[in-house]
Amino acid sequence: MSGAAAGVSGGVTERLSRRGRRLSLLTKLAVFAALMVLWHLLTVTEIISPFFLPQPMAVMTVFWRILSTGRALPDLGVTFFEFAVAGPIAVLTGVVAGYLISMTRYSTVVLEPVISSLYAIPIIIFYPISVMALGIGPESKIAHGALFGFFPICLNTIQGFSGVDAIYLRMARSTGATKAQLLRRILIPAAAPTILGGVRLGLMLCFLAIIGGETIASLEGLGHRIVWYAEGMQMVNMFAYMVFVILIATAMNACLSLLELRRRGG
Amino acid sequence: MAESLVRVESVSHTFPAPEGGKEVLALDAIDMEIRQGEMVAFIGPSGCGKSTLLNVIGGMIAPTSGAALVSGQAVRGPLPKQIAYIFQESALLPWATVLDNIKVGLEFQGVPKDERGPIASAALKSVGLEAFAASYPHQLSGGMKQRVALARALSLRTDILLMDEPFAALDEQTRMIFGEDLSRLLASERKTIILVTHSLAEAVLLADRIFVFTSRPGRIKAVLTIDEPHPRTPDFMTSQRFSELRNELYELLRDEVLAAIGNDRQGLS
Repeated sequence: MSGAAAGVSGGVTERLSRRGRRLSLLTKLAVFAALMVLWHLLTVTEIISPFFLPQPMAVMTVFWRILSTGRALPDLGVTFFEFAVAGPIAVLTGVVAGYLISMTRYSTVVLEPVISSLYAIPIIIFYPISVMALGIGPESKIAHGALFGFFPICLNTIQGFSGVDAIYLRMARSTGATKAQLLRRILIPAAAPTILGGVRLGLMLCFLAIIGGETIASLEGLGHRIVWYAEGMQMVNMFAYMVFVILIATAMNACLSLLELRRRGG
Repeated sequence: MAESLVRVESVSHTFPAPEGGKEVLALDAIDMEIRQGEMVAFIGPSGCGKSTLLNVIGGMIAPTSGAALVSGQAVRGPLPKQIAYIFQESALLPWATVLDNIKVGLEFQGVPKDERGPIASAALKSVGLEAFAASYPHQLSGGMKQRVALARALSLRTDILLMDEPFAALDEQTRMIFGEDLSRLLASERKTIILVTHSLAEAVLLADRIFVFTSRPGRIKAVLTIDEPHPRTPDFMTSQRFSELRNELYELLRDEVLAAIGNDRQGLS
């Protein structure tokens, strides 16, 4: 989490030059390619039985078939729907609760540790309650995902707003800023990088929790399909769906990182 | 000279006790008058309450007893139309450009939107940084940042300028250059200025009168008048008179600084 006061303390990649960035992208691709080659070699030589680990080309073929025939669409739709509802709930409740808590020093000092210690609980233990209360359908995943996402967003919002450097507040007060101007011109821009960091983490956790919930108890969704194929011993299909989930998570992370970087660039 | 613009009437201020300790009496029945267009400096050992008094005058702190008056009116809160601040650090918003940093002060002050741009540009030009309008604060040196802060304060077009150790974060050479700039600019602006500082040289270079504070609780020990026209030049700084004034100030301050160190030692044991 970058300090709000420091303002421009960027991520590691941000500090690299343009040439350095291109090089770092190449390095990342090289690592990825090496892993694929390793996977390929392990399967072709049958060091690992193809029953457990199918060949990458076979997985890609099935992945492409799933994609082109639209076979994955119903599961993808369910997971996306759950995320599209749970994600905004987590962001909205997290940011609003965090802002309200940060409004006074007393509530910050008293409630921040409470939220922190709740966050330390393995929230997954509440999932059975979600399923019992809301059923095996999307509702229980939405509740579970939103709960998972809430904590880092709320905590970073508290940290973002309460960490605003006092000198900015004094400057605003001495020049006659109204409450609304203070919020719009000082508090929100000062807290935004920290809050966005929390939103990124929260949304990733929300997605993780939804997929996790689907693998544990569900009748549909990408997570459910992965377990379903595993139980049916159809490893190639299982891996194809795994690739699906990995791609979605990676794309999401990239989008959110971009948003953070752009915010920081001003 | 004209009548007094700022009056301080028996201002005392007590800070609440830190856990378990005694209350701290920071200011003890201070009286002073500052005339229109005068430049005064508050100097004294750390913790003598000079910044507290500045903030009482600026309406940022309500004193425990007594009152500050600006233009005859008791100060009850910040007076953005009459008083501008320059803080110890530049207090520039890191996410806004140099020009936007000046404009935001004007926005808070209630200046209509279409007037902010020209006023801000003119202020930036007066400190010689018009080429950096689109830069971000982190791209500027410490001295340049403080000049932007000065431009922001000037753009607010207040009668009074309060400066809370504006040199504190600058290195020695930058301080001197900034001090000369300040003297020249302020001489042309005819503002009433109160400068809180630790530096003897800055006080002598800039002030018409220097209020020397005692160690805690803060009282006025002496008032030193520097009878030298503005703007003050490097020639003044190297003159015999400058050294004499500086030494005189040092003599006044020495006992208080020693007393302040003694207080701190007692606090430690």
